[in-house]
Amino acid sequence: MEAKIDAAMIHDLTGPLVIHVFQEIGAHKVWDPSKIVMVSDHQVPANSVDAAQNHMLLREFASAQKIRSFYDIFEGICHQVFPEKGFALPGRLIVGADSHTTTYGALGCVSAGVGATDMAAVFATGKLWFRVPESVKIVVEKKLPRRVMAKDLILKIIGDLGAEGANYRAVEFAGRGMRDITMDGRMTMCNMGVEMGAKNAIVPADGVTKKYLAGRAKQRYRAVYSDRGAQYVETHKYDLSKLEPQVACPHSVDNVKPVTEIGKVEIDQAFLGSCTNGRMEDLVAAAKILKGKKISRQVRMIVSPASKDIYIEALDKGLIKIFVDAGALVEAPCCAACMGAHIGILGPGEVCVSSSNRNFRGRQGSPESKVYLASPATVAASAIKGAITNPRDV
Amino acid sequence: MARVWVFDNNISTDDIIAGRYLPRFEASKDPSWLAVHVMGNIAPSFASKVGKGDVIVAGRNFGCGSSREEAPIALKAAGVSAVVAESFARIFYRNSINRGLPVLTCKDVRKNFKSGNNIEIDMKNGIVRKTGTGKVFKFEPLPNFILNILAAGGLVHHLKKTVGKKSR
Repeated sequence: MEAKIDAAMIHDLTGPLVIHVFQEIGAHKVWDPSKIVMVSDHQVPANSVDAAQNHMLLREFASAQKIRSFYDIFEGICHQVFPEKGFALPGRLIVGADSHTTTYGALGCVSAGVGATDMAAVFATGKLWFRVPESVKIVVEKKLPRRVMAKDLILKIIGDLGAEGANYRAVEFAGRGMRDITMDGRMTMCNMGVEMGAKNAIVPADGVTKKYLAGRAKQRYRAVYSDRGAQYVETHKYDLSKLEPQVACPHSVDNVKPVTEIGKVEIDQAFLGSCTNGRMEDLVAAAKILKGKKISRQVRMIVSPASKDIYIEALDKGLIKIFVDAGALVEAPCCAACMGAHIGILGPGEVCVSSSNRNFRGRQGSPESKVYLASPATVAASAIKGAITNPRDV
Repeated sequence: MARVWVFDNNISTDDIIAGRYLPRFEASKDPSWLAVHVMGNIAPSFASKVGKGDVIVAGRNFGCGSSREEAPIALKAAGVSAVVAESFARIFYRNSINRGLPVLTCKDVRKNFKSGNNIEIDMKNGIVRKTGTGKVFKFEPLPNFILNILAAGGLVHHLKKTVGKKSR
């Protein structure tokens, strides 16, 4: 079916190709500049002439097309900035030229990643064709134990369902347990929905959603929910009270084990940040563990808050001082070490424990490096010990 | 008849083209820059050995991960004429059609092929043949509108006809 798009997002890594295609098809004006959000976040500040040129192209395009919601290199990661500025609203249909666009489903909207050609078509026409996906329901009950985070839950789910377990499907996170999962945690879960192939992930709007959007929503909205008696192709249940910290081992996101079962894994780098886990709740969880402690001398720890607003809040709350005192490098809000093309690049044989979303071979640098994905608490505990560590043991 | 390169399950778009190579392509618009780095992280010699018209045969979930359209662009620029896999990740699948790279979903192909084998693809009738063996694998033929996009070399050529006029 063809559908009208409520909002579209591009960033500095995939955006230039969108603009090239837009020009190639002979389009001159975007369909609605108020519905386009642009964020420079992947290589900020520019680390090469190529990156600088790509940033210039985005600036020129935003100016020429009168796109006011252009967040240049100062603002943070697109998948934090977009919801933070109130563009992700319940009931909306959103596309982004980035696979982790699934993040915005945390606010009760349908939000999916698309490629550059599809996005150029959206820019020109405001419409796109979709196959309506089947739905998978994840029912969450009870509460997360101490130092177990939403990241551990989504890693566990991906490990169970597999990297293809939700391919082409919509994933709905439901159950009473979701009430106690914060908006930050919900964004972490929806963000990683794509790691099991999901077209979109969604948390039905509730009181947490309403509270998050108060004073933030760019427009009025009306929540949309699954029908009573809606059909799901699969339903999976999770009892949070039994969940342990989880780790996704190299080189696939579904290679998930409880942290207690991975044995001794020494690390060279610990990365706290990304569109998955660079939010306030994540920084707080890590700071609680790092407060008054020193990072192992063998480990380089990189911290990048997901947005300027989070950075300022972390400064106000004294978290940044805790990180720096512990020996971490605090970087500007950006994608940082997540995708191996900016800062914190790994050398051959190096091992990183990362709060990000992908551990594919070579993702963070050398093809001979290894990435283990874990929660911010596990990243912090591991940085102190110099090896992957259960955060409940420190 | 085309030469086959076999790849495993869960080949990601990071595997196909690593993120570090994207900025130069976007700044230069030169796909040959992507072609020389295709599959660099997992099969470093592939880029120098792959030839025009070669076909990739792979397992499940080919093209998972990032939405980067540079993945099909890189494969095409390297000479790959089609990908036959047991299943595809959704964004890659759609990007490939938009870029004019045939992507064919075909059960059990991976274990039946080895790199260096030859393959014949009958797009219209949905048949893959392993040359010289009599082995035949069927796939659901792509609908006509997709075949037309592929024949045109991608969606852009279709859009050029319609959008360009309207927005002027």
